[in-house]
Amino acid sequence: MSTVPPSTLTPPDEVPPPPAVPALEMRGITKRYPGVVANDHIDLEIKPGEIHALLGENGAGKTTLMNVLYGLAVPDEGEILLDGVSVKIAGPSDAIARGISMVHQHFMLVPVLTVAENIILGEETLHRAAFIDHGAANRKIRELAERFGFEIDPTAKVATLSVGQQQRVEILKALYRDTRILVLDEPTAVLTPQETDEIFVLLRRLADSGRSIIFISHKLYEVLAIADRITVIRRGRVVGQRLPKETSEEDLAELMVGREVLLTVARGESSPGGVVLEIDDLHVKDDRGHEAVRGVSLKVRAGEILGIAGVAGNGQDELVEALVGLRPVASGQVSLDGKDITSASPRKIHELDVAYVPADRHRFGLILSFSIADNLVLNRYMNPPFARAGIRNDAAITAEAEENIAEFDVRTPSASVHAGTLSGGNQQKVVVAREFDRDLKLLVLDQPTRGLDVGSIEFIHRQAIDKRQAGTAILLVSAELDEVLEMSDRIAVMYRGQVVGERDGRTADKNEIGLLMATGGKPPSEAKPSTVADE
Amino acid sequence: MTDIPVLGFIIQFLAFLIDQLPTISHAAVAIAIPIGLAGLCGVVSERSGVVNIGLEGMMLTAAFVGWVVGVMAIALLPPDLQGRTDVFGISLPLLIGLVAALLSGMLLALVHAWLSISVRADQIISGVIINIAAIGLTGYLNTLISGGSPQGAGKFTPLQVPDNIANLPFIGWLIDAIFDQGPIAISAIVLVIVVQILLFRTRWGLRTRAVGEHPRAAETVGINVIRLRYRNVIMSGAIAALGGAYLSMELTSSFQAGISAGRGFIGLAAMIVGRWTPIGAFGAALLFASSSAIGRAITFAAPDNDMGNFLKDIPQQFYDALPYIVTIVVLAGLIGRSMPPAADGQPYEREAAA
Amino acid sequence: MTDQLTPQSPQSPQSVNSPGEPSKPPVGWSVRARSLLGQAWSAMAMPLLAIFLALIVGAVVIILTSVLKPGATFDVGLPIRAYQALWDGSLGSENGRVTTLVQTAPLLLAGLGVGLGFRAGLFNIGAQGQFLVGAVFCVAGALVVREQDPIIAIPFSLLVGAIAGAVWGFIPGVLKAFRGAHEVVTTIMLNFIALALVSWMITGPLRQPRAPQAVTPDVGNATLPILFGRDGHLGILLAFLAVPIVWFVLNRMTIGFEIRAVGANPEASRYAGMKPRRLIVFTMSAAGMLAGLAGTINILGISHHMNASFSTTVGFDAITVALLGRSNPIGIMLSALLFGMLRAGASQMQIQAGVPAELVDMLEAIILFFLVASPVLRRVFRLRGVKSGLGTTETMTRTYGSEAIR
Repeated sequence: MSTVPPSTLTPPDEVPPPPAVPALEMRGITKRYPGVVANDHIDLEIKPGEIHALLGENGAGKTTLMNVLYGLAVPDEGEILLDGVSVKIAGPSDAIARGISMVHQHFMLVPVLTVAENIILGEETLHRAAFIDHGAANRKIRELAERFGFEIDPTAKVATLSVGQQQRVEILKALYRDTRILVLDEPTAVLTPQETDEIFVLLRRLADSGRSIIFISHKLYEVLAIADRITVIRRGRVVGQRLPKETSEEDLAELMVGREVLLTVARGESSPGGVVLEIDDLHVKDDRGHEAVRGVSLKVRAGEILGIAGVAGNGQDELVEALVGLRPVASGQVSLDGKDITSASPRKIHELDVAYVPADRHRFGLILSFSIADNLVLNRYMNPPFARAGIRNDAAITAEAEENIAEFDVRTPSASVHAGTLSGGNQQKVVVAREFDRDLKLLVLDQPTRGLDVGSIEFIHRQAIDKRQAGTAILLVSAELDEVLEMSDRIAVMYRGQVVGERDGRTADKNEIGLLMATGGKPPSEAKPSTVADE
Repeated sequence: MTDIPVLGFIIQFLAFLIDQLPTISHAAVAIAIPIGLAGLCGVVSERSGVVNIGLEGMMLTAAFVGWVVGVMAIALLPPDLQGRTDVFGISLPLLIGLVAALLSGMLLALVHAWLSISVRADQIISGVIINIAAIGLTGYLNTLISGGSPQGAGKFTPLQVPDNIANLPFIGWLIDAIFDQGPIAISAIVLVIVVQILLFRTRWGLRTRAVGEHPRAAETVGINVIRLRYRNVIMSGAIAALGGAYLSMELTSSFQAGISAGRGFIGLAAMIVGRWTPIGAFGAALLFASSSAIGRAITFAAPDNDMGNFLKDIPQQFYDALPYIVTIVVLAGLIGRSMPPAADGQPYEREAAA
Repeated sequence: MTDQLTPQSPQSPQSVNSPGEPSKPPVGWSVRARSLLGQAWSAMAMPLLAIFLALIVGAVVIILTSVLKPGATFDVGLPIRAYQALWDGSLGSENGRVTTLVQTAPLLLAGLGVGLGFRAGLFNIGAQGQFLVGAVFCVAGALVVREQDPIIAIPFSLLVGAIAGAVWGFIPGVLKAFRGAHEVVTTIMLNFIALALVSWMITGPLRQPRAPQAVTPDVGNATLPILFGRDGHLGILLAFLAVPIVWFVLNRMTIGFEIRAVGANPEASRYAGMKPRRLIVFTMSAAGMLAGLAGTINILGISHHMNASFSTTVGFDAITVALLGRSNPIGIMLSALLFGMLRAGASQMQIQAGVPAELVDMLEAIILFFLVASPVLRRVFRLRGVKSGLGTTETMTRTYGSEAIR
């Protein structure tokens, strides 16, 4: 721990031959949940100083496997060996004591507490019997951060940090506990390309210092870039193991999905028509009253997809909510086909042939305790034939539902089961069926594929392209830069509530967009200081 | 009365308040104690993520148990063990009653903890059950027992502040208001300060706040969320019980059905207004209590002038309702800026689902 | 409620991969009857078990506390005598049956009100205050029309009481919807304010001149006609009529759909074009109206005037009634009948067996306890396919203390 390796990047294929005893071995891990086998006799072996990628689709069982390792889930079968010795991991504290740490996909940080409080939580050093020794903690944290080449203010509230900084706090948490095996669950999902590069440098340094790293991802190129070895999981089983130099994105994709996949949906050519949506100098406040959207002006034409790229929390949510009538507009104007719809009610906007697929389908999209049929008419239940004079017509609702279910391929035993019993992909199909099932002027898609499997992602992307071909103007917001690059005809980048750049979707350069997302296009010296030492 | 100049009216009212300050402030502290303890109970429980609206029932039960155990102790203990101390008027029967009261509050809190943490029931429904059970149980037993008009164990008495201190200029009234109180009241004030320090300076406090905001995060660093919540809820039960004991063993020396009279709920409002901090909650409790205290001062000592006559014309029931009205008004006015702990009221499930 | 709730897990038990063929078995009437029976069993097994267990626990309490009376020892036979008296005073006699219905009517109305609130995600603990305010304003209204023809006097007084109750529900509704003040706290405060208001009105403006004690005059021609028995008044009919009405509104009308949607997910319903704030205010007002009507029929049907010692347990009983009835109008009707019976027999129990009437309060709490603990009961008694004890009230604690709903 005390010797700091030089900060040179070792190319993945020149790692020294690993010692014989693996740092971690998982043998025959099986975990069953009602109706599904999440892990089916999984074997995994991690060497000391290795970055080992665990590749698989959403729902393939990667997270479950890591929860087993971390003591958050109890396996039904199987064995875990650390340094060749069989161990039982009873809970997170047990895992921590054995040198295992985990950086979860959704950060396990308490936003209202400070960086230091988050890091020491559970490992507090005390002075005078009961009081927390903040001074000692702050010193140790600063020291650790420095050793791995970045800076952090231990007294800052986590809520005020950027996503990239929060991730570093998570990693510090692990280092503070002398971790030997570090698990990172989809660590790059919310980062810009530059932040991703920075985190890769940091991970390589950690590995060089002898720590083992398990890197969970479903992004092929990342896995190829960072991993020493790659294990692919599909439907709870290990389906293959590869070395980065022996494989390709296509090979990994096929392993991961089980069939040949088109890595990009053919987006085809667009033929934009007149301006449908025009946003002019829009200002919107967030829940706490701070201005989250600060003077956004955008135009979306019929038959084109405008993608909005940006790190989560830069005003995209507020922009979208203002557009569909969920959030009041502070100032500025929104017009649809030249008609002012600023601060119109959600229902009015819906009636003007605008549809919306929300980022959080559990929050905005569905009522999980209602039947699929009721969810399918959630925004038109009051119109004939579903209701007349305020009295519902259940037969008409069910008939419509059965039609929608067939057309949009929702996998369900019947229209009367609760939406909450469906899988994530099928839930999203219910939302899509409800929103897409008519001619649309404008379609607002907010992270429409978050957390879905490849099949559902393909399906939803194809539906969106079809809508575009039919002349709908589409606004696509996503924190996944890949999705924006893949789908958009034009790309606007949002940074701190403003649009800081617009690019053509077909010629946009990923790194340039990433830089815009991270800094707003200002030179690095003017933007907030980069917290990783420049390489 | 119709043509009183408003300014003169206000001046008369201020003069009245200043004149009555010692009485009002003393009464306000006395009234604030059970409300503040209820608020503190709420803070300890909700900071760990468990909504505790059963605290009203815990207070009521503790008030009854404290009194009734005192009754039994008086009847069963030999007279030479029943002596009272000069300071605070402490006696063995009273102490036994107090301990029993605390235990009863903790027992009810344990029920609430089990329902809301282990069974993962809706915490508000669980709290309502505690309240209904307390009304039923105390009413039932009280009807059975008080038929024999038993002799109670009396009550704790206030610390007498010497006149020369109480009459000190500027601060004498304040010292008198705080320290001319019984042992439960004084320990309540101390408790508020202690819990404030514990919550923000110690390991227990840090863990409690983390569990109330983001239990999963706390669990991933090895904190036992379930155990911590159980402990905090049971502690909160003891605090509520102290408030209940105050009602039947210090403020009065007997028990009447429904003696808690919504103080637990006002305490919850105080907790919200005080933003889930002990001192804030107690401050809000003082605010609510002041409205009552002023109402009383008007009833008993309204000055003989325009303002006094006007205030006396307002029906007594208005002053009875005043603390409840003030609670609603303050709650409705402030709440938008008062955020509860993020995981407040949400049952925690241990094993990861996916 | 929480025990069946696993919405987040993407791989939920049923049907993840089963193809989308809507299953339609041939439906014969016997099959349909059997499935209906099955549904009834699944819905009612847990409440029945809870009631049964509560009676046992109640018996234990009676035995344990029988020793508290001066000079008494443990009396093992007392529970049987107490429950016998309870039965005699309620369903066991002609008068008892009428009294049961008289006691049921206000519980039914107020219970429907509380249940309606539950469906919208609102915990209305204010039925007590709404009941009292409805009662006292109905007296005030009746005093205006007491000389008029009953055809005018009765509807007018009912209306005044109902509106007063609605206002007492409207206030916390507005405070919740627009100021974010949680209804659990505000309705409790309003209960106490209602008490003060009632006390003032009876001792002040409504007081009968020259009466030795504070008491209002008789409601005169606004008295509800007796339909059966000694005091089986018209209000009972009104209360039972409210059941199909509330059922129809909740399950057949779009407004009921909106209420349920807001209760289950206010954000999603807002995006779907509903107006959660308005619906919250509407639901609280309607709930207040029903509770106010409960107070009104008790005045116009039974007491005909109000005095300073007027008190009630209807408001709190109504919470239990609504929870036990799973916020379903028919369930509420059944549980109101149960509590009407308990309340009707309680005084007989106190007189005949010397067991305090407050036992009913305790039984209430114990029933609720078992309902809430139903996931545990289900395991202990191995009841499969039985619904949990409580209906859906998912959003109740979620909005606690936080900011106003948009």
